[in-house]
Amino acid sequence: MVKPTRVTNRIRALRAAHDDMTQAELARRVGVTRQTLIAIEQGRYSPTLELAFQISRVFGVPLDDVFSYPEE
Amino acid sequence: MVYEERNTWSTVVVTIIAMAVYVVLVLQQAGGGPLTDVDWAPLMLWTIGASIVGSIVISIVWGILAGMRDPDGVGRSDQRDRDIAHMGGRVGQAFMVIAGLGAIVLCAVDADAFWVANTVFFGFALSALVGGIARVVAYRRGLA
Repeated sequence: MVKPTRVTNRIRALRAAHDDMTQAELARRVGVTRQTLIAIEQGRYSPTLELAFQISRVFGVPLDDVFSYPEE
Repeated sequence: MVYEERNTWSTVVVTIIAMAVYVVLVLQQAGGGPLTDVDWAPLMLWTIGASIVGSIVISIVWGILAGMRDPDGVGRSDQRDRDIAHMGGRVGQAFMVIAGLGAIVLCAVDADAFWVANTVFFGFALSALVGGIARVVAYRRGLA
């Protein structure tokens, strides 16, 4: 029923690289619930462009270092 | 479970119970006779009122219990909640349209007010139920 997103992300790896930042901490910093952050991390929800930028800004990296889309 | 998901579950559960209770009460009052003889208006209005109050009470009680476990998540909603609510609304809307068209057709054929009112009532109820189930599925399985 639910079509999975083709957008993949490296949020988990980036959290680990940033002093093992917790999901709760990242969620708080970008202003979403922890459940939403988990859904994004697991590819069960595609964030808005604005939220995607906010997440990449927390890690201090460009957007496509966090999210990627297959070439086809 | 986030605040909006709890509210959705409350709506789904209350809608199922309300529909079942309403059907039982109507059938009881009909007592095997024609359904059009049933004094349906008070039953329907009480069912609608009780559903609204029931949903609110369950949401508040569940919210208090959830808040004791996770105070940070109380009353919060975000972009994902809004996206899921929009999707559920679109799914449920189909039943409102079907009920509206059904009511027009029933009026056109001079059907008893019982059938017109109940078509609209069950259209609303199914809209809430199916839209709610779609939202719950989106919360559990994802909205990509």
